[in-house]
Amino acid sequence: MRRARVAYGGAIHEAYPAGAGLRLADGRTVAERDVIWLCPFEPGTIVALGLNYADHAKELSFAAQEEPLVFLKGPGAVIGHRGQTRRPADATYMHYECELAVVIGTTARNVSRNDAMGVIAGYTVANDYAIRDYLENYYRPNLRVKNRDTCTVLGPWLVDAHDVPDPANLTLRTYVNGTKTQEGNTRDLVFDVAYLIEYLTGFMTLAAGDVILSGTPEGVCDVKPGDEVVTEIEGVGRLVNTIVGDDVFDRR
Amino acid sequence: MDLVVDNALVRVRGSLPRDVACDPHALAGLELEPPVAGTIYGALLNFKDALAALGGAVTQPPYKAPPRAPVLYLKPRNTHSAHGAPIAVPRGIEALAMGGTLGVVIGRMACRVPERDALSFVAGYTVANDVSVPHDNYYRPSIRYKCLDGSCPLGPWVIARRHVANPDDLTLRVSVDGVERQRANTRDLVRPVAKLLADVTEFMTLRPGDVLLVGVAANAPLARAGQRVSVSVDGVGTLDNSLVAQ
Repeated sequence: MRRARVAYGGAIHEAYPAGAGLRLADGRTVAERDVIWLCPFEPGTIVALGLNYADHAKELSFAAQEEPLVFLKGPGAVIGHRGQTRRPADATYMHYECELAVVIGTTARNVSRNDAMGVIAGYTVANDYAIRDYLENYYRPNLRVKNRDTCTVLGPWLVDAHDVPDPANLTLRTYVNGTKTQEGNTRDLVFDVAYLIEYLTGFMTLAAGDVILSGTPEGVCDVKPGDEVVTEIEGVGRLVNTIVGDDVFDRR
Repeated sequence: MDLVVDNALVRVRGSLPRDVACDPHALAGLELEPPVAGTIYGALLNFKDALAALGGAVTQPPYKAPPRAPVLYLKPRNTHSAHGAPIAVPRGIEALAMGGTLGVVIGRMACRVPERDALSFVAGYTVANDVSVPHDNYYRPSIRYKCLDGSCPLGPWVIARRHVANPDDLTLRVSVDGVERQRANTRDLVRPVAKLLADVTEFMTLRPGDVLLVGVAANAPLARAGQRVSVSVDGVGTLDNSLVAQ
């Protein structure tokens, strides 16, 4: 089963795919352009991985690490499917990151990798933007790069874990204005999903609604206002986002 | 349940046996919750002495240059804890660093707030203990060191903003087993509270109930299992916790 959270008719609804449209929990069927898509779950702690695909680490001139590079993000950065992401006027290099997002379904502490897949509620697509101009070498990647309003896109669907039979073999692709710019497969994760759950729950309790953004493969490139960025994971979803400039936010 | 008591917000688990006033004796026997439920962000190296302790290293690898923007981190919800709650010391860790600090509690949606108006977005102030596994390398985010369960006690209450004349002149004290081990004053912040709020909300909106920890001074005291720690901020409150072996 896959479900979305959408705003429609003045309220927030759970919604399910119905042909080309959506069926709301209250029985109404609506067109997908007539709703505002929200993150498909209410995000708790957002854990993100850096340099978790060997090819992307190489692309950024980093040697592979012995321990996962983990950072956290706040819920204020999150937007849903078909949202707008702001590119600041002074940025010279802002890139998308297509990532498999793993949503936790239960309280999890000291979970072994053998049991790890059992604590997953489901999966969604993440597009976790970074603005490299703001990188500094303190708690890098710092929040000014990775925790910006509108810069963490999640959706469209939360897909139940049992509907994703092999999360370790999913193709990820990004298209900018229809041209494919990024392609990878979750089989190339440096630290796989089960390991990440074992690692994290070894020192912190994860809870339902917490989410792990598992990292991005090579193929990132600069995006500009007006660009449509589609991040897609087979069997999970196709997440659409548009880059906008400072003018939209009344910034000069 | 939430209680607005005189000039402060207290959150208590279960029912309330008697009236509570803002003095520590009235809290005896009550099981408190953290007085806030939003996202907790902290500012690293925002005390001048903490930044100075890095010395010339800030121009050397891996840092290469002094920080320009505020260096921020999150204390995620598994760390949120209350006055009186135990702080668990994980096996294999000898001592934890007690990061006594002031928590600025946001009162209304704070996006791109100008420095001159920034304090008007503050609901009030609380006391926090940003507990960490001691570490002296700040190149990578230290999730393993900063996000242990229960490692961010807050409280006992939120004091309304109007009762704190100047958040940039508050004495902070950290005591272990009743002995004062650190004293600092928020006049020594690299970014005073209003400037910090302005610089942070330039790129990330803070919501009502979110908390911004203003920073930890150099040489945070260490404490071990079996010890009691108190963090006090003059005019705001005293936060007491005990460390227990996990």
